[in-house]
Amino acid sequence: MLSFEHLSKTYADGTRALSDINLTVHEGEIVALIGGSGCGKTTLLRLIAGLDRESAGRIRLDGEVLHGPHPAVGIVFQEPRLLPWLSVFDNIAFGLAGLSAAERQARVMHALEKIGLVEHAKRWPRDLSGGQQQRVSIARAFVTNPKVLLLDEPFSALDAFTRASLHEHLLGLWEETRPTVVLVTHDVQEAVTLADRAVVMQPKPGRIFDELPLTLARPRDRTGLPFETSVRRVLTALDHSLKAPQQQPQRERDRQAAALWW
Amino acid sequence: MTGNAASNAWSSHEGAAALAAPTSTEKRRAFDWRILLGFFLPVAIALLWEGAVTFGLAEGRLVPPPSRIVATLSALAETGELWTHAWMTLWRVLVGFLIGALSGIVLGALSGSSQTLRQLLDPTLQALRAIPSIAWVPLFILWLGIFEASKVALIAVGVFFPVYLGIAGAILSVDRKLVEVGHVFRLSRVQLARRILLPAVLPEAVIALRSGLGLGFMFVVAAEFMGASEGLGYLLVDGQQMGKPDQILAAIIAFALLGKLADSLLLAAAKPLVRWQDTVRERL
Repeated sequence: MLSFEHLSKTYADGTRALSDINLTVHEGEIVALIGGSGCGKTTLLRLIAGLDRESAGRIRLDGEVLHGPHPAVGIVFQEPRLLPWLSVFDNIAFGLAGLSAAERQARVMHALEKIGLVEHAKRWPRDLSGGQQQRVSIARAFVTNPKVLLLDEPFSALDAFTRASLHEHLLGLWEETRPTVVLVTHDVQEAVTLADRAVVMQPKPGRIFDELPLTLARPRDRTGLPFETSVRRVLTALDHSLKAPQQQPQRERDRQAAALWW
Repeated sequence: MTGNAASNAWSSHEGAAALAAPTSTEKRRAFDWRILLGFFLPVAIALLWEGAVTFGLAEGRLVPPPSRIVATLSALAETGELWTHAWMTLWRVLVGFLIGALSGIVLGALSGSSQTLRQLLDPTLQALRAIPSIAWVPLFILWLGIFEASKVALIAVGVFFPVYLGIAGAILSVDRKLVEVGHVFRLSRVQLARRILLPAVLPEAVIALRSGLGLGFMFVVAAEFMGASEGLGYLLVDGQQMGKPDQILAAIIAFALLGKLADSLLLAAAKPLVRWQDTVRERL
């Protein structure tokens, strides 16, 4: 279980990227963070990954407070970020330095089969297309069997067809070990395709506006009516989040009322 | 099904390789033509001059025709003089290059990887760099004598600066995004240096070493001008004093061949390390 308690991040120049984030992500859950640009989605991921330090509050993974990069947390960046001097195989094996050669071989080959790039194992990243590179990057994060996987708009630079096939690859890998996934995206369709819950965020300062459960059965039919309805619900929430200032007091009152009720 | 897919994948892979083979030879053939075009101008000039001297249109005393240069070169080679001189020059460049490049790599790595060390080292080194290296010659002769030590020191100084600047710059410009990948996988500082920084700076390090080597050859001439009894630079001075322009030109050609050879060797040694690059830098 991954939880954020009063998490805030203020950058050195005074920008308030995140303000008082409280959220719990259950084990094996896929949560999509969605929102306009500048609402702190990526900042939140960087805090979980340990690439930045929070200004206040804390992040817990199964009760343990996270300080810096944690072995049970993997991340897939917006760009593939493969190491150009390593073959596809060695790129995927990058985080497995501590394992025996046989174990490493087995895990990487399995991952390569999963992403359908076995015949490219010995190639250099430069020989792969953008979509293939991103698949390798996803495999690199999965082979270490992380408990939490962070995805920072990993499909945003790809065309619609490639994106759809990558969604399948991702879900295929996820089925095996069922890690907790935090997915940052600005694509509502993507959020509804992948996530169990959409968390809508709001900019300046970045905070959580609303949470919407997405309880459609998997595999999800992107053409079905329930899918469309969910997309519309998320879009409506997103719209409200962008027109937020006048609605905020109302919501704040609701929250206080809810607190009293508890 | 999967077996079928795998075999398909293999055959298509081989098919791709088979398809790729002829295109690469074709490329090589096209490349050959351009090289031949590059030969045209010097060969034409050489032939014209040779003809002019042969038919008495020019005297060819101060500018000897190519045939006489070749004759001088082969005479020097036959007596073995050429090899002693060339070997001497090569030895000086090699020792100077090793000293200069090693210290350049060490100091460049230090000032590239630590802000504090950079603020400590860089201003001094930049100030020293502003001094034309030849200006050190009198001082080196006073300190180290007129023999090998002062010559090697001058070459080492010449090699040091491009290597230092290249390495420090390369480390500073390593992609932050790749370094973050290292952080995510919790690499220690040493692991980060070995698994990410070192390979990332290699291409630029090779370029720095090559320009260092080029300067090494430049400074060996200067070093041998300041009083040597052996070396290609000595052949130059000797040719000037004895009025033998053919010997000077022979030495110049030997320098060019030696420099090109050393550069090619360095490039060949580095090539397996930077093969992964997504650019064509071979012709740089």
